[in-house]
Amino acid sequence: MTQLIVSDVTLAFGGLNALANVDITIEPGIITSIIGPNGAGKTSVLNCISGFYHPNQGTIHYGKRNLTHASPHQVSNIGIARAFQNLELFSGLSVLDNLLLARHQNLKYSIFHALIYVGKASRMEAENRSYVEKVIDFMELEPYRKSMVGNLSYGVQKRVEVARALTLDPQLLLLDEPMAGMNIEEKEDIVRFILDLKKEWGVTIVLVEHDLGVVMDISDEIYVLDFGVLIGSGKPEDVAADPKVIEAYIGEE
Amino acid sequence: MEERSHLLEHTIPQLLRWRVNETGDKVALREKDFGCWNSYTWNQYYDSVRKTGLGLKKIGFDKDDTIAIISDNIPETLYVAIGGQAVGGLSSAIYQTSLPEEIGDILNYLNVKIVFCNDQEQVDKVAEVREKIPQVEKVIYEDPRGMRSYQSDDWFMFIEDLYTLGEQLHRQNPEMFESLVNEGKPDDVCHFCLTSGTTGLPKGAMLTHRNYINMGLQLTAVDPLEETDEYVSFLPFAWIGEQMNSFGVAMATGIAVNFPESVETSMEDLKEIGPHFMFGAPRIYETIRSQIWLKIDESYLLNRFIYNYFMKIGEEAAGYRMSGKSMPVKLRFLAWLGKQMIFRPLVNQIGFLRLRRAYTGGAALGPELFTFYQAIGVNLKQIYGQTEIVGIAYMHRDGDVRPDTVGKPLPGTECRISEEGEILSRSASVTPGYYNLPEKTEELLQGGWLHSGDAGYIDEDGHLVVIDRISDVMHTKAGDMFSPMFLENRLKFSPYIKEAVIFGNQREYVAALINVDPIVVGKWAEDRGLSFSSFMDLSGLPEVAELIQDGVAEINNNAEKEHFRIRRFVLLYKLLDMDDGELTKTGKIRRKFVREKYGDIYEALYNTEITEKTVEAFYQYQDGQTTTVETTIHFYTMGY
Repeated sequence: MTQLIVSDVTLAFGGLNALANVDITIEPGIITSIIGPNGAGKTSVLNCISGFYHPNQGTIHYGKRNLTHASPHQVSNIGIARAFQNLELFSGLSVLDNLLLARHQNLKYSIFHALIYVGKASRMEAENRSYVEKVIDFMELEPYRKSMVGNLSYGVQKRVEVARALTLDPQLLLLDEPMAGMNIEEKEDIVRFILDLKKEWGVTIVLVEHDLGVVMDISDEIYVLDFGVLIGSGKPEDVAADPKVIEAYIGEE
Repeated sequence: MEERSHLLEHTIPQLLRWRVNETGDKVALREKDFGCWNSYTWNQYYDSVRKTGLGLKKIGFDKDDTIAIISDNIPETLYVAIGGQAVGGLSSAIYQTSLPEEIGDILNYLNVKIVFCNDQEQVDKVAEVREKIPQVEKVIYEDPRGMRSYQSDDWFMFIEDLYTLGEQLHRQNPEMFESLVNEGKPDDVCHFCLTSGTTGLPKGAMLTHRNYINMGLQLTAVDPLEETDEYVSFLPFAWIGEQMNSFGVAMATGIAVNFPESVETSMEDLKEIGPHFMFGAPRIYETIRSQIWLKIDESYLLNRFIYNYFMKIGEEAAGYRMSGKSMPVKLRFLAWLGKQMIFRPLVNQIGFLRLRRAYTGGAALGPELFTFYQAIGVNLKQIYGQTEIVGIAYMHRDGDVRPDTVGKPLPGTECRISEEGEILSRSASVTPGYYNLPEKTEELLQGGWLHSGDAGYIDEDGHLVVIDRISDVMHTKAGDMFSPMFLENRLKFSPYIKEAVIFGNQREYVAALINVDPIVVGKWAEDRGLSFSSFMDLSGLPEVAELIQDGVAEINNNAEKEHFRIRRFVLLYKLLDMDDGELTKTGKIRRKFVREKYGDIYEALYNTEITEKTVEAFYQYQDGQTTTVETTIHFYTMGY
């Protein structure tokens, strides 16, 4: 089990500090949530971790590895996967193809093997498929296996997005607003998936979410950002009682 | 056909063993899991039943104990049910949609010792009523997902652990299972099938091994099945319609039972299997037809044209096929062409290409649906029976399908109509009674005949016609029986009639109170330049009355019996409404309430001298204000 440490990270776009001296420690095996008003820099934290942005200052370490300047594919290769807020799926492909495609980096056979398709190539494809089926079963996507992603409802697409991240067999999963735009029932499903992931798959989860009810219910640890600055952190009940957090959300009197 | 009556001398577990000896390596079960179809042979089936049965024995499940199953259809439901029966116990099944309280009541009524659930959803429900069910010793689950909070509690048990216990016991005592199976008698009760009571707790019909096996033999004596045939198990296991096939037919014939991946995927999985026979409630056939219509509607012009052209041909051919008459050469050719050009590919799309017979039961299916399916080449037939006779006693024969009947009795089934007009049946599949309900059993099996509670008659061709529940039927003053619902449905079949209420109990003739359909009739009136401002106006138009009168006359002309004819009717000035208490929440007519509320009109229907009447219509607006309007309504007498 590996700890992820974001220390003293500053991310600036021109003169605007999206993140300023942010310190976050993600403990393994628990659910850590990052909350804050719109534009607080929540997604920027995820972008820095997953290698889309590189911080101007500070470091990001995953265990002994330094991820500060790692590229997205390097990050995903060491077991950090991400589900995006805006769906990053191929809407013209089936659910199954989307999930298989997400695992292409695990396929390590040559074009020669692919042409004759015996031995290594077919074995790897079969292993791939069996892993993807495990994810389909877990995310209860059986009825949609062969449906085109673009034709599915938004709630189901969101589930496919999480499933796509899971096909990478991650140890650390970054979920960027997995419940945005969902109805209550769909939210309940996703919450169940997240809890099962933590308990049964032992995945460490970083959750960015606006639904504070859900966040308070399922998080073990919460970090609160406001205008790129960390204004609070701790257990849900401590954060809920923190006057600075309340002020950031509701405003001053 | 080979002689199979010796199968009746087996219990279900014994018959399973017999199948193992006959065709042990043939596929008996198939289950889709993780996107793959996994097959299990009769040998593997029997092994699984053995380890389940012995595992149950090990945890204290003995002779005459009961195990309840609350599960989606998976092979384990059969392992648990037959495993429990093999060690001398009984199985029963509860609908997966049942609420916790209901589950608790049923578990208490049947004195259930062990419960089998497939997933967390069902386990949670049983756990919720744990205090109420002290006699339940263990809850066994199949899917460990989400069970972490139950793991420390030994009231719950993972099925793999049960298997381990069973295998251990088998190693210690290899003879034990065989001798337990040998102890079973074909007339032992093996399953409690809950009858869906509309009020109160369901009743548990006790069904014996012989009941099920006899049913399977009777059905397949008429419609033979091959060992290589496939069946897809997608109906709820708690319903007799599913047990009929997975206990009765599968054991009697050796067909393979296929389990879908999940309830939601069952129609997709059905396409992949392509079953040879299927059974379903009318709703399934209605849904499939709607899907076909929808897809054809979205298709290219050419496809639509071909479909529409050949549909007419197909319907005509269906008429011949259903009555068993031979077709003229030209029609036969066109029907063949239609089959090759459109219906074969279409039927293939829904997975019905290999289907030899499709059965519908449980409720009435519209006649146009029979014609539709027969037209596209699906041999859809009606079956009729009660849970208490293992679901089926009457069935259409190939080439003798009539939408208005339920067919003829199965071989070995006797049918009689009692003096009250009730359908009585007798066969080797009739239940010995209800569990712990001697009075109800007495009522059910009076005089050795199964009392269906349905009214009906046998027509001149020997087909049974089911009219209605006997508690709902009415008698005219002369004592002739008729079903108001049956006649109302006939009236409502007309697009112009929205709602109809039939009267006539203990009166000289049948009369009807009719609501015209405001949209259809409104359009009809507009097209003819008739002016009206409200539903009351529309109902009062003499032209509309004429229109309805023509419809009623046609129904009267087609009436099977003289007293089914509607003598007088009236068009009501307002639509019957749920909010006014005239309809129930499910849209059924509250007959008694309507008769009392419109008492004047009811009496006037039975006074042929009255042709019109002025009534005060009372309106309540949505904001609670009320108003009274005076209106004249007309009564129409049918001349026949």
